[in-house]
Amino acid sequence: MNEGLSVLAIIVGIAHSGIRLATPYLYAAIGETFSQRSGVLNLGVEGIMLMGAYSGFFVVFKTGNLFLGVLAAALTGILMGLAMAFISVTLQAEQGISGIGLFMFGLGASSLLFKTTLGTVEGVKGFPELHLCLPSGYCLSDFPVLGEIFLGHSLMVYGAFALVPVSWWILNKTTWGLKIRAVGQNPQAADTLGVSVAAVRYITISIGGMLAGIAGASLSISLLNIFQENMTNGQGFIAVALVYFGSWTPFGVLAGAMLFSLINALQLWVQVLGLNIPSDVAVMLPYLLTIIVLAFPFRRALQPAALTKPFERGEN
Amino acid sequence: MQNPWLKRLQAGRIIDTLLPLVAVAGALIVGAVILFLLDKNPVEAYKAMFTGAFANKNGLADTLVKATPLLLVGLGIAIAFRGGVINIGAEGQLVVGALMTTFIGLSLGEKLPGWLVIIIALAGGALMGGIWGGIPGYLKARLNVNEILSTVMMNQIAVQVGFYLLRGPMIDPAEVAAGTNIPHSARLPKSVDLPRFVDIARALGFTERAKDLGLTGFNAELYGLFAEPTRLHTGLLIAIVMAVLVYILLWRTTIGYRIRAVGISPAASRYAGINVQRYMVLSMGLSGAFAGLAGAVEILGLHHRMFEPLSVSAGYGFSGIVAALFGKLHPLGVIPSSILFGGLLVGGDKMQRAVQIPQVLVTAVLGLVVLFVVGSEIWSRRRANRRVSTGPDELSGAAGEASS
Repeated sequence: MNEGLSVLAIIVGIAHSGIRLATPYLYAAIGETFSQRSGVLNLGVEGIMLMGAYSGFFVVFKTGNLFLGVLAAALTGILMGLAMAFISVTLQAEQGISGIGLFMFGLGASSLLFKTTLGTVEGVKGFPELHLCLPSGYCLSDFPVLGEIFLGHSLMVYGAFALVPVSWWILNKTTWGLKIRAVGQNPQAADTLGVSVAAVRYITISIGGMLAGIAGASLSISLLNIFQENMTNGQGFIAVALVYFGSWTPFGVLAGAMLFSLINALQLWVQVLGLNIPSDVAVMLPYLLTIIVLAFPFRRALQPAALTKPFERGEN
Repeated sequence: MQNPWLKRLQAGRIIDTLLPLVAVAGALIVGAVILFLLDKNPVEAYKAMFTGAFANKNGLADTLVKATPLLLVGLGIAIAFRGGVINIGAEGQLVVGALMTTFIGLSLGEKLPGWLVIIIALAGGALMGGIWGGIPGYLKARLNVNEILSTVMMNQIAVQVGFYLLRGPMIDPAEVAAGTNIPHSARLPKSVDLPRFVDIARALGFTERAKDLGLTGFNAELYGLFAEPTRLHTGLLIAIVMAVLVYILLWRTTIGYRIRAVGISPAASRYAGINVQRYMVLSMGLSGAFAGLAGAVEILGLHHRMFEPLSVSAGYGFSGIVAALFGKLHPLGVIPSSILFGGLLVGGDKMQRAVQIPQVLVTAVLGLVVLFVVGSEIWSRRRANRRVSTGPDELSGAAGEASS
């Protein structure tokens, strides 16, 4: 145990890294919320994240322009989202399996592209951390506890958290959100009322893809500033689970993402502090926790009724 | 052949059979376009892939060695999908199977005769995989937990369990003594190695080498594949026997009939008095058992020790899904399909060495194959629907039963 660190400093450290680590989960899981709310399970998030991470990294490496990097990741995500939409909506394919196909494609293609276009690149200069320093030289991010926890993150991190209320508002307070929920709950009824089920699903899957792409970029050009083969390491699959975990609501997803990233941060600190807990066991905890939460029976009623069911006019 | 319906039906069946081939061709074409855009020569790449995988005895042996776990995992996937549950957890089931087999091999290997330990270790690996798959099955049946998500989580847990065991209780004492602490187990006793093909050939009296017999060209390679030292081991035979057994299980037994019935319509099955929940758990458990058996065979036939979990599973949990889909979820169809994809994996490796195109191309192509296969199923489905709604029912029903 490192004597130099007070308990408070450790808690602050865990909270700070927890917020940071929640970023990719939030982007990807909020995006997936849109797609699942409209009735489509996109299991390919992991593959889209990898492609987004690569394209963001590539563009930033070539141009140095961070916003172009995010744009590239978003566009890549939209393209892959459209591919998923074509397969799952137009061709009505089994969603879980097509998601695995999309994942494998993204895993292979991102690595292939990286190896052939960049080879071995050390890293890029990603989004800077905002320390909000005053002219006097005092930085607000040094303000005890609150400043230390909530400031000193990059724009990508704040963007992820801003997305939560925005998506809540879109889903619950706009006509668009109503259409999305209707299509996910009862596509036949929505169709009778003149809502195009296919159009809504194409759009939500594209939004999901875009945000998954940005989630990947948040790793490669903001949190880690490198690209590696399979760098997401299962985070995309977790993001899909977080949507179930959060009962298909943005704030539920936020709670799940924070829980996950705090346990991750705790686990990192356990290693830093050299505590005698096997880190492999600690890494396992969030996955166990997810399975346990998924088993709570009251959640069944919350699931969009048409989730994973392709819609065909004239059915029923 | 006077009946126009019969003609249409058979034309349809030919298309159904050809669709997966078209899907693979399509995936390879998209792969070629990607290579072209990356300024690489696709023809050169695919040529290197094909010759690497199929042209000589070592390539062929490696192809069959990789086809073995693909076939076993693919059989498990076929059972699950036929039973209406989606098993994405073969990676993890393979890992726990491999861990169990290693444990049994290390603890019993010196105490009992080799053949007995091999049987116990294979059974133990399958059992462990079956438990690992049965848990998500049980959670789905009892608590309605989405099995896609729970199996993905179980994969991650299996990998961590593997790392924990290999860094701690199961680590090779030699690594600890040397201070290097590389997380792998000790080598299993040689007595529990699955025999290689060459061992069997020699036992049968084929001791000459191909060139002693005056064989040349591909004949020499083919002879060498079975009678000269390669990595090819008898796990392949186990896998092929299993494929036949799974075929018998699914189409010649009541249990198999019920598994398929639950997969086609849980509601109708329940109405017919089938315990749907029990059969869901059974499908997932059997599916996991085959993935676990794949892990066991990899340890006993190829690696002879357990090391980094994700290198042992090597993506077979996912590529096995491709093999199963391409084999139309038919146990015997998975045999050629896993040889094809085994060849693709080996060819990718050889291609990387020969023409410096990264082998991850194969992963991307496999992903495309999945997308194309599941995407193209809509046409078979539509034709099937037409058959049901307008064709003579008994006829299409009987033909469908025979062909599937």
